[in-house]
Amino acid sequence: MNWLSDEAIARLRLVGAEPDLTGTRYRLIDRIGSGGMGSVYLAEDATLGRRVAVKILDVPDSSGELAARLRREAHILASLEHPGIVPVHDAGTLADGRVFYAMKFVEGERLDRFSGRDGTLPGRLRIFQRICDTVAFAHTRGVLHRDLKPENIMTGPFGEVLVMDWGVAKILRANWNAAPVEMAQDEPREASAGLAVVSSHPALKTAHGAVLGTPGYMAPEQARGDVEHLDERADIYSLGAILQFLSAASARGTQTAPRALTAIARKAMDPDPAARYASASELGQDIARYLDGLPVLAYPENVLQKIARWAARYRLAIVLVLTYLVVRALLIFWFRP
Amino acid sequence: MNKITYGLILGGILGIFDGLTSWFTPAVRPQLMGIVLGSTFKGLLAGVLIGIFARKVHSLGLGVLFGLAVGLLFAFFIAYMQRNYYVQIMVPGGLVGLIVGYATQKYGDSTTTSPSRT
Repeated sequence: MNWLSDEAIARLRLVGAEPDLTGTRYRLIDRIGSGGMGSVYLAEDATLGRRVAVKILDVPDSSGELAARLRREAHILASLEHPGIVPVHDAGTLADGRVFYAMKFVEGERLDRFSGRDGTLPGRLRIFQRICDTVAFAHTRGVLHRDLKPENIMTGPFGEVLVMDWGVAKILRANWNAAPVEMAQDEPREASAGLAVVSSHPALKTAHGAVLGTPGYMAPEQARGDVEHLDERADIYSLGAILQFLSAASARGTQTAPRALTAIARKAMDPDPAARYASASELGQDIARYLDGLPVLAYPENVLQKIARWAARYRLAIVLVLTYLVVRALLIFWFRP
Repeated sequence: MNKITYGLILGGILGIFDGLTSWFTPAVRPQLMGIVLGSTFKGLLAGVLIGIFARKVHSLGLGVLFGLAVGLLFAFFIAYMQRNYYVQIMVPGGLVGLIVGYATQKYGDSTTTSPSRT
């Protein structure tokens, strides 16, 4: 009698867990990742002949909390049309009851892996500015991400920067209303009624005291489970932690992170939400000022530091003028009668 | 400030300074005022030309080269008119052009305002 090897058993388990996409326009290609709620698969859209990423719930739970959360994530993504947010193409329920949504397949690298590689500090800061822009946009639409971290940022080969995984996002405004996503025909009726239904699902209201997020990137008030009082400044804390991560990644070796950047990250991560930047745009603007060699809000400079920054900003111009003066002086002395 | 204005101001200031340094050459000291005026005019003209170039061509290398060429050319004309002091005039003149070329590429607004069409 031949026994199956461990490898074969593991493979069979994997195949058994693979979702059945029969009845949809998608053909499964590969599993590309997994999260708390479900897994993300690479699939081919048979109708349009393109590759898409399909996020599918791990368990067939079409009316439970997880399904409602996944649907809500799809609705939030669909409502946030922005170059920094992955667009949703479709949403529905599989034959086995698992909820899914299809989105653009992003080929790129996660920020945590990208940062470990090459890349100058200004290059990384420009990526950070794009993240701030995206988060600022979401905030203006009344959406709080609540799980910003390098693992949830994708950088594409053509300079794309995408904020991913809005699964634990919080809707800040009571009157938040987005256009409902068209559900597939096999979608149960009650689930296709749009966000109004989805967002009112009792399971979607995160209980006070519940902690959602990632340690190290979570604001103190978020870590305490103070869900009711969370606002945009919780995301600003996470942005500060991402900035700290990016600064540290580029300062490996003998270099230390510039003081102004450390001060910006510290202000964004202040334990007191009121002392943080008022908005993600304001944080992004301070980074822009740093990149332009201008003084930043978070770091009051003394005279020497101002001179050093000014000299660094106009370094080449100063070298040219000094060269001119030296050449002038040399010529005067050389041709002195 | 747009690149042409930037080139004009920088060229003018450096031109004045360039002219004033002729004070260190006693032989030309009596003509100091004329030299300063001529040098300033040269700087202004070179600055405008380099500024126009910077607005049309966005390349630091080409801008610096163009500035150097214009500075050298103008300085050559002046030295040629004096039939003397080629090195003393052309080397700083070229450097002034180079500085203005660099500065107009690096700084200054390259956008132009044009009347809107209805």
